[in-house]
Amino acid sequence: MRLPAPLADRLIAHAREEFPNECCGLVAGHGDTATRVLPATNAEGTPFMYVMEPREQMELMDAIDDAGEDLVAIYHSHTRSAAYPSATDVELAFFDEPLYVIVSLQDADAPVIRAFRIARSAPVGEQIAEEPVEIG
Amino acid sequence: MSTVKIPPVLRQSVGGEREVDVSGATVEEVLANLCDAHPAVGAQILTADGSLHAFVNVYVNGEDARLLQWTDTPVGETDTLVILPAMAGGAQ
Repeated sequence: MRLPAPLADRLIAHAREEFPNECCGLVAGHGDTATRVLPATNAEGTPFMYVMEPREQMELMDAIDDAGEDLVAIYHSHTRSAAYPSATDVELAFFDEPLYVIVSLQDADAPVIRAFRIARSAPVGEQIAEEPVEIG
Repeated sequence: MSTVKIPPVLRQSVGGEREVDVSGATVEEVLANLCDAHPAVGAQILTADGSLHAFVNVYVNGEDARLLQWTDTPVGETDTLVILPAMAGGAQ
């Protein structure tokens, strides 16, 4: 995934704005190149879980679809753990095409952004595949 | 036949269609008929016991079916359903 630096900064800023709760949102673009970040509301509003506000999710997905863009990634933050999918992340990964991007604030001074393809119905051990994130 | 709007995430499971016409008098019947016709959709939105996954949302004419009569919500010929898996997860 190619992530322009200003968009990477936006993801980190959103994670910091919502801290200590998890943030979430979408990344739109073309192919594997991100062109814009669409922050969304975490309806759960907790440090341990995110559920994108369903109506907002529908509207943002429609907006991306109607604009002829691709849904490149679904992002959320981990505020106290590494940028790696949790068991809950895998269990609830309904979307197999977009990447799942995780922004970790575990080290507040050195946020980490990683991307994964998650196949929830794959055998255990084969569900998570990391995809490189090229920031720049 | 009601119209079921298929989001991109489920489109491959219905042969690429954005909308499909499905018969049924309630949300439950429409979903059952949809999953019979397109088993790949069922694999994505149903649990192992065949019930609708708790993190899958259904809208009838734009209204959240959970705020109506959920799967018992009546569906008419001119109604439109949207099926939308949630985007959710978390650190725990």
